[in-house]
Amino acid sequence: MVKSKYSHPIDDLLRLDRVPYTWCPGCGIGIILHHTLRAIKELESEGKINRDKILFVTGIGCTGRAAGLVKLDAAHVLHGRAIPFAVGAMLANPSLIPIVFSGDGDIAGIGGNHLLHAARRNMDILVIMVNNFTYALTGGQLAPTTPYKVYSTTTPYGNPEPPIDTAKALMALDVNYIARWSVTHLTKIKDSVKYALTKRGFRFIEVISVCPEIFGRHIGIRDPYQLYVTLRKIAKTRIKPSFGDIKYDWNSEITCGVFVDRDDPGYFDRLKEIGVTKK
Amino acid sequence: MRVEFLTSNETCAEGAMAAGLNVYIGYPITPSSDLFEYLAEKLPKRGGIVYQGEDEIASINALVGASLAGAKAMTATSGPGLSLMQEGIGLAIMLEAPLVIVSDMRTGPSTGIATQIGQGDIMQARWGSHGPYNLVVYAPASAQEAFDYTVKAFNTAVRLRVPVIVLMDAILAHTREKVVIKEPGEIEVVEFKKTKKHPGEYKPYEYDPDDLVPPIAFFGEGYKVLHESLAHDERGYYKTSPEVYRPLVERFIEKVNRNRKYVVASKDYYADDAETLFIAIGSVARSTLALVRDLRESGLKVGLFRPISIWPFDEDRFIKMARRVKKIIVAEMNQGQLVWIIKKILWDNKLFNVDVYSLPLLLPDLPSPDEIYDEIKSRGWKI
Repeated sequence: MVKSKYSHPIDDLLRLDRVPYTWCPGCGIGIILHHTLRAIKELESEGKINRDKILFVTGIGCTGRAAGLVKLDAAHVLHGRAIPFAVGAMLANPSLIPIVFSGDGDIAGIGGNHLLHAARRNMDILVIMVNNFTYALTGGQLAPTTPYKVYSTTTPYGNPEPPIDTAKALMALDVNYIARWSVTHLTKIKDSVKYALTKRGFRFIEVISVCPEIFGRHIGIRDPYQLYVTLRKIAKTRIKPSFGDIKYDWNSEITCGVFVDRDDPGYFDRLKEIGVTKK
Repeated sequence: MRVEFLTSNETCAEGAMAAGLNVYIGYPITPSSDLFEYLAEKLPKRGGIVYQGEDEIASINALVGASLAGAKAMTATSGPGLSLMQEGIGLAIMLEAPLVIVSDMRTGPSTGIATQIGQGDIMQARWGSHGPYNLVVYAPASAQEAFDYTVKAFNTAVRLRVPVIVLMDAILAHTREKVVIKEPGEIEVVEFKKTKKHPGEYKPYEYDPDDLVPPIAFFGEGYKVLHESLAHDERGYYKTSPEVYRPLVERFIEKVNRNRKYVVASKDYYADDAETLFIAIGSVARSTLALVRDLRESGLKVGLFRPISIWPFDEDRFIKMARRVKKIIVAEMNQGQLVWIIKKILWDNKLFNVDVYSLPLLLPDLPSPDEIYDEIKSRGWKI
């Protein structure tokens, strides 16, 4: 444990006895977690959220380890199952505010079916997907988000598959909020999480992260600074982009911004509306 | 208390509601879907919630979440669904989430014959998830027992913080018979053992030394509960050391063993002077009991031992009988699973002078008493 005479604004939302944590130098996850917690902190100071009601659920992977670091009700569950776990908890106690915080492999790969159906139901949860383009914790295997032709340890001759643009795919379903940012958009992450937490229904925020240790090595940009600079050029923010404008291409553009923002009834509103009287 | 004419699927649902079911999460599968449908109509009117997951994997994981958020939670499925739930059962073990899984066994392997009886899930109910652990499996044999042992399953799950499986079969699930449905005031209903500690000093996996079960704090109560699927210490922090791992998994095993007396259940029929003892569960036990009665009428000294808790097994009671009998015939609609348990218990107790016959009934229909007897005769066994 690092003892310091200095304090940090989000110290009280962290299990400081676990710092320094498992993430590599240059990793983007800590930055994304930081701005997520800042959003909570600001909402709390504005009297809009009670941290005791937040349930922070993660799956397996580098990002999944975040549950063990936050001082909130938290669960580090099975690979791909953070969404159903959070949904179940909310079914038991609808006053909970579930935040699913997990990686691209966990959410869009093995957990893809749960993502799809939580979105279809406009389920009242916030999903933050940290996308580092690879299975980093396990050494750099292929992810559904890995760019075409890029090396991974399970596609040593290059990835023959086109990747999924998860945020764009979810636009086919009537969810209340979809946004994508990169780890180079610090205040955007915080503002977006803050806004999304005050909304009902299904909310999805993808944050493009940097993984110099694994993904950086795979694409030949091992230096964290260079990887940040590269991502900064690729991650282009557009205001209200149309479906056709949104790109997910490491070689040209990964479009960022708010893709969807509406206020349809969430699952629990609709459940209440249906009631228990037979029509 | 009221007398009804219900199927075992329906009495399971009634038992669950009597035990305080709040959240049912399931995925339709024959022959358990009508349990789901029954609850879908009744539970919301009692203030509970019924939810259909996108698959069995979603259902079991949502169930673990619901349980740790304070619900008495249940699902129902059948063999293929139980297979899909196995990883989630391991999660429930690791997070010590009390929940009840009803599984109506059908013919396998794979999709098998969806509507027909099987008993091939005795081993997967116990050993289906990876790693060392213990859980409880009840096998009722009537609509009344389906009610009684669903109540018991909830009480055991809540008391020990383990998943409990109620293992029925396709015939039993749809057998409609007279049952006495008791109300919550007329049965024992165990409630969660809540922590008495303050949020600052609470540790989610700190257990009571007497029963080895950690008192619980639910999500949303300000306790900053950390639940960890990785091997963990009492704070929920991931640890890889043998000093943490070994006591953790030993406790998972031991907490069921230590509460064995509360958990186990069995019944026997004509066993006092029996020379040949039949062993069977569920619907097969009912056919076998009819055969035992027929054979008794013809003067043969036969009896039936029917384990209700299969895991853990009512070993003490069984051993007393096993010491007296010459022959044991284990009748089951699978390759021979229950017989493994019997042989292990006899071996562990050094009972080598009793002959054990395995009678696997690999049929898609429940055999009649005569058909079971024909199977025995065709093998040349003498009773």
